Amino acid sequence: MADVARAADFRTRLQQWIPKLVLSPSLAAILFFVYGFIFFTVYLSFTGSKMLPRYDWIGIENYVRLWGLSHWWTAITNLGIFASLYIIFCTLIGLALAIFLDQKIRGEGMLRPIYLYPMALSFIVTGTAWKWFLDPGIGLEQTMHLWGWESFEFGWIKDRDMAIYTVVIAAVWQTSGFVMAMFLAGLRGIDNELLKAAQIDGASNWNLYRRIVIPLLRPAFLSAFVILAHLAVKSYDLVIALTGGGPGRATELPATFMYSYTFTRNSMGIGASSAVIMLMTIAAIMVPYLYSELRERK
Amino acid sequence: MGFLDIRDVTKFYGQTEVLHRINISIEEDEFLVLVGPSGCGKSTLLNMIAGLESITSGEVSIRGRVINGVHPSQRNIAMVFQSYALYPNMTVGKNITFGLEMHGVSRHEREEALLDVAKLLQIDHLLDRKPGQLSGGQRQRVAMGRALVRKPDVFLFDEPLSNLDAKLRVDMRTEIKKLHEKLKTTIVYVTHDQIEAMTLSTRIAVLEQGHIQQLGTPQEIYNTPANVFVGRFMGSPAMNVIPARVAVQEGVPFACVTDSGDGEQLLRFSQANLAGWDGREILLGIRPEAITDPEGADRGSTNVVSLRNRIGVTEPAGSDTFVTMTLGGIDVTARMRADVNVCRGDTVDLAFNMDKAVAFDPETEKRIES
Amino acid sequence: MGSAAQDTAVHTGRVARTFIYLVLLLFALFYLLPFLVMLINSVKPLSEITSGNMLALPAVWTIEPWLSAWSTAQIGVEPTGLKPYFVNSLLMVVPAVAISTILGALNGYVLTKWRFRGDGILFGLMLFSCFIPFQIVLIPMARTLGILGMAGSTPGLVLVHVVYGLGFTTLFFRNYYAAFPTELVRAAMIDGAGFFKIFWRIMLPVSGPIMVVSIIWQFTNIWNDFLFGASFADLDSMPMTVALNNLVNSSTGVKEYNVHFAGAIIAALPTLVVYVVAGRYFVRGLMAGSVKG
Ligand SMILES: Nc1ncnc2c1ncn2[C@@H]1O[C@H](COP(=O)(O)OP(=O)(O)OP(=O)(O)O)[C@@H](O)[C@H]1O
Ligand SMILES: [Mg+2]
Repeated sequence: MADVARAADFRTRLQQWIPKLVLSPSLAAILFFVYGFIFFTVYLSFTGSKMLPRYDWIGIENYVRLWGLSHWWTAITNLGIFASLYIIFCTLIGLALAIFLDQKIRGEGMLRPIYLYPMALSFIVTGTAWKWFLDPGIGLEQTMHLWGWESFEFGWIKDRDMAIYTVVIAAVWQTSGFVMAMFLAGLRGIDNELLKAAQIDGASNWNLYRRIVIPLLRPAFLSAFVILAHLAVKSYDLVIALTGGGPGRATELPATFMYSYTFTRNSMGIGASSAVIMLMTIAAIMVPYLYSELRERK
Repeated sequence: MGFLDIRDVTKFYGQTEVLHRINISIEEDEFLVLVGPSGCGKSTLLNMIAGLESITSGEVSIRGRVINGVHPSQRNIAMVFQSYALYPNMTVGKNITFGLEMHGVSRHEREEALLDVAKLLQIDHLLDRKPGQLSGGQRQRVAMGRALVRKPDVFLFDEPLSNLDAKLRVDMRTEIKKLHEKLKTTIVYVTHDQIEAMTLSTRIAVLEQGHIQQLGTPQEIYNTPANVFVGRFMGSPAMNVIPARVAVQEGVPFACVTDSGDGEQLLRFSQANLAGWDGREILLGIRPEAITDPEGADRGSTNVVSLRNRIGVTEPAGSDTFVTMTLGGIDVTARMRADVNVCRGDTVDLAFNMDKAVAFDPETEKRIES
Repeated sequence: MGSAAQDTAVHTGRVARTFIYLVLLLFALFYLLPFLVMLINSVKPLSEITSGNMLALPAVWTIEPWLSAWSTAQIGVEPTGLKPYFVNSLLMVVPAVAISTILGALNGYVLTKWRFRGDGILFGLMLFSCFIPFQIVLIPMARTLGILGMAGSTPGLVLVHVVYGLGFTTLFFRNYYAAFPTELVRAAMIDGAGFFKIFWRIMLPVSGPIMVVSIIWQFTNIWNDFLFGASFADLDSMPMTVALNNLVNSSTGVKEYNVHFAGAIIAALPTLVVYVVAGRYFVRGLMAGSVKG
């Protein structure tokens, strides 16, 4: 009898260990490939690494040099312009489309996938399409000319000052439908009786949305912001495919900056420090958000 | 030593102690009900017997074998959950035999066991359905079938009826009782419904805030509650607990209460030993059915006291009429026959069956033993 | 009041509704146009594109650009077309999706049904890993792949995609299993099923919807990835996106736009097909990862 108890004991103990064993490979991978690598890159950013990693500690020199580079300032400024316009336009278009689609629209089932499909495409494909579409010699401008609108001009993609806006256009095209879907889910989650009550209280449509619906969409706004902001900071492929960072360096972003400094200009230390800045930017947005999300779920 | 022994069992979640030194000894074939308000630790105790929660200290043993740390499947117990916990992807038949399959019982034996149980619970025609296609009552039966088929030493039920509607709950209650009488099994049954506890159990353990307040037969619990909490918790409407003073006249103890007109009224106690409390405050516990109209008074009682009082709200409930009044400064409920003709504001004669009254010490709230 | 507006609490007038439809249709055009134009121009001879109207239907229909993009176009220095790279992408995507989904399912199962002290922090660590800018891991990853002898190989890319997709798949399954009643797991324990039996017999059979979500999400992300492909692949393992970029942005010779478009559509086809077939789940999955409820 005592033996039975001991054997069973072993089984119970095994059952307590198996879950941890199952989780451990993933955990080890994450700890090594994510956090270990972050640590490594942070360390590199304090070394004089050039083409290959070196382990000579040079303090914050890379950061000092980084912030002294006009090239980096261009990338940061571009990121500022790109991220703010991208977030604003995606949110506005997404919200408007969601509200409009929520009015018992005939053909909603057709429209929704049309708005969303760009999300399924690679940024390289998006870039290829828009690069040509915006090319003055052959795309939209040329077509307008052929249609007889001779004075039409749209040469932003070749214009140093305006090229970054074409990146915004293509990026908004790709993601705004997704933001629409997020807002639509939020709208569908609102209790219809609440809206009816507000109408009985005499609220006009405008007031209904401004005073009741949009405040209730707060979580959707927050999620949209967090997702768009982190996509903006990570943006790399689209710039490569659309403008290649040009004309000149006019559309460089921190992501392309990091890549070129690390792998083509042999300044790994500076590349690493720019990556650290990118990580800190994203962490500043994500950590409070994830913290509050995990809190609430408990 | 009993069949299922719970000895000095405590449970901590972090720093909070949710169960304090629980001792219960359950005999074979006994139907023990754990009853208590929400959050008192009933499920925790049951889960500890099942092996689903660890035991912080103390011992649980079945048939004399200590089962602390033994895997749930090796304890020879079966459990019926509040949500039934039927596997949604399996048919009813598979649901019932899954445990046998896991224990390596041959297909042939499984089929036989399944048919027996299905016949017993009258679910033969449902065996090929998925749980999603069953009604609440049918799911309940399947969940019981899954427990029965294992022929365990102990059945554990965690509020198995609380997801059913009122009518079905009463039917299933009867059915569980019949099953117990027929199969003669040991059952530990958790509920927060005191009527379920009274009707089903051979013994009841009343829990509050992790302490056992009283352990006894339904009659003991109902007639001689150990303290004010048990008295109030068991029975519906709840027991009246009236502040009173003991007055002794010619050696006989009386409860002295203020009536609705601020006059003093005397109710003679049946318990002679309360004479020792002369002049002291007590709490008089008396159930609504022990306060009636004079014609409705219990003829078997040795001590029916009459009292005149003005009455407040009357609530006809079909079989009875409940009447509230002020006594001892609190609202007191009386239970009169359905056809009594009383109205709000009337001053009427009431019959107190003092045989059924108990007295509590106001400091400890414990019943004063007689 | 139109019958279409019956159930909603918000009622809109005729003018407003016309306006709404107009806006919605305009945006549909905005989203469709670039892709449609690509499609039309991928079946035109090059001369028609450079001289003509991009919105006009082809005067001469030709599938030559598609054939060229698939099997003969110049990618880098080799005139191989996109075919070998398409195969590379498939060889990378299939194992990466399968492994990351299985691991995510197990992780989600452990994190919801076998909870232990500190599991919340572990999940937080995994979740944060979804959002790091991958630039931060490029340098050490390149070195690690070299040390492991996986540099420039498809298994190396599979490893990379599994590691950086784990956070998402774990998140999906965790959220899904969190809503799955724990009592079922307890019932199965009493019935005598162990960790893997419960997973296999009880959890997996009801995981269909979230499996689809996880697979679609991982498939699109990995298929569309460019950064890792460009950083860690060599010619034998180069995925579709990198090859397409090489095709489109090669500076030599005449720009064969029609071939570029055909190539872009070929590159987009798998994800588009997946999206058309199971788009509904795709959207729901994106929701699960972001908006609650
Ligand atoms: N995992 C846990 N961690 C911390 N405290 C817990 C945990 N599980 C239960 N508790 C606490 O233990 C106490 C007893 O819980 P238990 O579930 O046993 O109550 P119960 O009597 O079954 O109540 P109910 O009738 O609502 O089911 C409660 O106060 C509860 O908050
Ligand atoms: Mg409970």
